[in-house]
Amino acid sequence: MTLALFIEQLLNGIQLGVMLFLMAAGLTLIFGVMGLINLAHGSFYMIGAFACAAVAAATGSFWLGLAASLAAAALVGALVEMTVIRRLYERDHLDQVLATFALILIFSEGTRWLFGSFPLYLDIPQVLSGTIDLPGGSRYQLYRMAIIGVGVAVAGGLYLLIARTRLGMRIRAGEADREMIGALGVDIRTLYTVVFALGAALAGLAGAMVGALQSVQVGMGEPVLILAFVVIVIGGIGSIKGALIGAILVGVVDTMGRFLLPQFFISFMGPSQGTAVGSALASMLIYILMALILAVRPSGLFAAKG
Amino acid sequence: MEIGREGVINIVVAVALLAIPFAAVVLDETFYITLATRMAILALAAVGLNFALGLGGLVSFGHAAFFGLGGYAAGILATHAFNAEPLLLWPIEILGSNSMPVIWLTAIAISALVALPIGAISLRTTGVYFIMITLAFAQMIYYFAISWPAYGGEDGLSIYVRNGFPGVNTLNPLTFFLICYTLLIVALFLFAVFKDSRFGAALQAARQNETRVAAVGIAPYRIRLAAFVISAAIAGLAGALFADLNRFVSPSMLSWQMSGELIILIILGGTGRLFGPVAGAMIFVLVEYFLGGITERWQFFLGLTLLVVVLFARGGFIGLVAGRTRHE
Repeated sequence: MTLALFIEQLLNGIQLGVMLFLMAAGLTLIFGVMGLINLAHGSFYMIGAFACAAVAAATGSFWLGLAASLAAAALVGALVEMTVIRRLYERDHLDQVLATFALILIFSEGTRWLFGSFPLYLDIPQVLSGTIDLPGGSRYQLYRMAIIGVGVAVAGGLYLLIARTRLGMRIRAGEADREMIGALGVDIRTLYTVVFALGAALAGLAGAMVGALQSVQVGMGEPVLILAFVVIVIGGIGSIKGALIGAILVGVVDTMGRFLLPQFFISFMGPSQGTAVGSALASMLIYILMALILAVRPSGLFAAKG
Repeated sequence: MEIGREGVINIVVAVALLAIPFAAVVLDETFYITLATRMAILALAAVGLNFALGLGGLVSFGHAAFFGLGGYAAGILATHAFNAEPLLLWPIEILGSNSMPVIWLTAIAISALVALPIGAISLRTTGVYFIMITLAFAQMIYYFAISWPAYGGEDGLSIYVRNGFPGVNTLNPLTFFLICYTLLIVALFLFAVFKDSRFGAALQAARQNETRVAAVGIAPYRIRLAAFVISAAIAGLAGALFADLNRFVSPSMLSWQMSGELIILIILGGTGRLFGPVAGAMIFVLVEYFLGGITERWQFFLGLTLLVVVLFARGGFIGLVAGRTRHE
C-alpha cells in the first residue's frame, strides 16, 4: 500500500461523504422543520439523474442537464408536497413511512415507464475530464474533486441560508415552534413547500453529479437513501451540522473499510478467505459504527431536539 | 362468549383462505394452491410483525432480516444435509437437516438470538430513530448475505428437495399448504392469548401512554424487547416456510422492500387486528397476481392503491368492514 493510493481512497471517501451530505441535508431539514420521515427522498435523487442525462443527451450540454436536474427535482418535490406530503404532517410516522414507500413504487415504476428499463449514461463534462496531481506522485480525477468542491460550497451556502437570511430565520423558527410562527403571520404552508422543494433539489443535484460516475438507472436512489438515513441517525436527526459530520464519517469509514479491511485479513488468513472475511466485514462496517454510536448516544451526535 | 362483527369476519377470512386450495384441487388449478400457501406464509410473517407493530406500536422497518434469517436457516441446513457435510465439526459436531421441525426450531432460535441485541440497541431509541435503526440493521445483514460467498452470496441458495415432515408427504402442495395454515392458526391463537394477557396489556398500555405505565411501576423497555424477540421468532419461522415454498433463498428475502411489504400487509388488513395480517396478505397476493397478469406496471398501481389506503382508509380492510375498535 502506497501513500498515494491511501490518499486517493481517502478522497474517494470524502467524495462519497459529500454526496451523502447533499442527500442527508434535505432529509434532516425536512424532518427538523416538518417532522416528516421521507422515504421517497431517493426518488428525487433518481429524478435528478434522469433529468440530467436526458437533457444532456438532447442538448449536448452537461451544464444544462445539471440545471435541469435541479429544476426537475425541485418541481416534482413541490408538486408532491402540495398533493400528498402535506396531508401527512399530522399523521404518525407509520403512515408517513407507508405513504412515502408508496411514492417510491410510483416514481420508480413511472420512470421505468418513461425511460425504459435500460440504464442511461452521462458523460463527464469536457472541462472536468482531466486529472490533477496528488502528493506522492499519483493522479486524481478532476471531476471527483469538483464534486467535493460543490459539496463544500453547498454546505457553506446552506449555513449562510439558515443562519443569515429571512427564509433561514423562518426555517429555524419552524423547527423551534411551528404554531408560534403561524400565529405571527408566516405562511407556513408555503414555507413547508419551499423547504421540501429545496431538499428535493439538493437530492436531485447529488443524483445528477453521481450519474456521470455511475450509470443512471431506476432504483439508484434507494441504496443512497438508506446510507443517508444512517448519516442522519448518527448525526442527530434535524441537525445540518450533524448531517455534515455524519456524512463525512460514513463516507470515509465505508470507503476506507472496503479498501483496508480485506488487506488486513489477507495478511494473516491468506488471499481467498481474507478477501471474503474482509469484504463481508467492510460491507457491515458503517452499520456497526452506527450501532456503537447509538449505544452511547441514542439520539445521535448532535441531536437538535431533546 | 359473544363473537361480534369482527369475529364473524375473522371466521370468514380464515375459511376463505382454507377454501382456496381445496377449490384449486376441484378445479384442477394447482397453481392456486401455491398462491394460497404464499398468502398463509406472508400472513404468518405479518402476524409476527403485528406483535411488535400492532400491539407494541414498534414500527420495525427491518423485519425482513428475521424473515430472511429463517429462510437462510432452512437453506443452509438443507444444503448441508443434501451434501452430507457437517455444518460444524468443532467444538461440537453439527449436522445439516432436512426435517422441518428441526429447521423450524433452528429458524426460530436464530431469529430470536439475532433479534435480542438488535432489539436491545434499537429500543433505546423511539419514533423515527427506531424505524431507521431497524432498517439499518436489516441492511447490515442484507449486505453480509450478499458479500459472504459460502452460501451463494448474491445468487442465493437453492434447496433441491423440499424438506420433510415426519409422517406426511410435503411434496404434495396441499399437504404443505395445510402445514403452513396450521402454523398460521397456531400463531393467531398465540396472538389472541398474548393480546389479552397481563403481558399484552402492559405492552399495549406502553404504546398508548409510556409515562403512565412507568408510573405504575412497569418498565416498558423489557416488555418491548420481549415482544420484539417473539415477533422476530415468528417472522423467522415464516421465512423458513417461505424458503421451502420457493425451494430457494436469496438476499432479496432480507431486502428493505421485503420489510416494507410486511408492514404493508398489516396496514392493508388493519393495524393491531387479529386477522388484519391474514386479510392483508390475501389482498396483497391477489393484487400482485391479478395486476401482474394485466400490466407489467403493476407496482405503479400498487403504489397508488397503497397511497389511497394510507391517506383515506386508515382502518384497512378489517376496519372498513368491521367498523372501528373501541380505542380509536
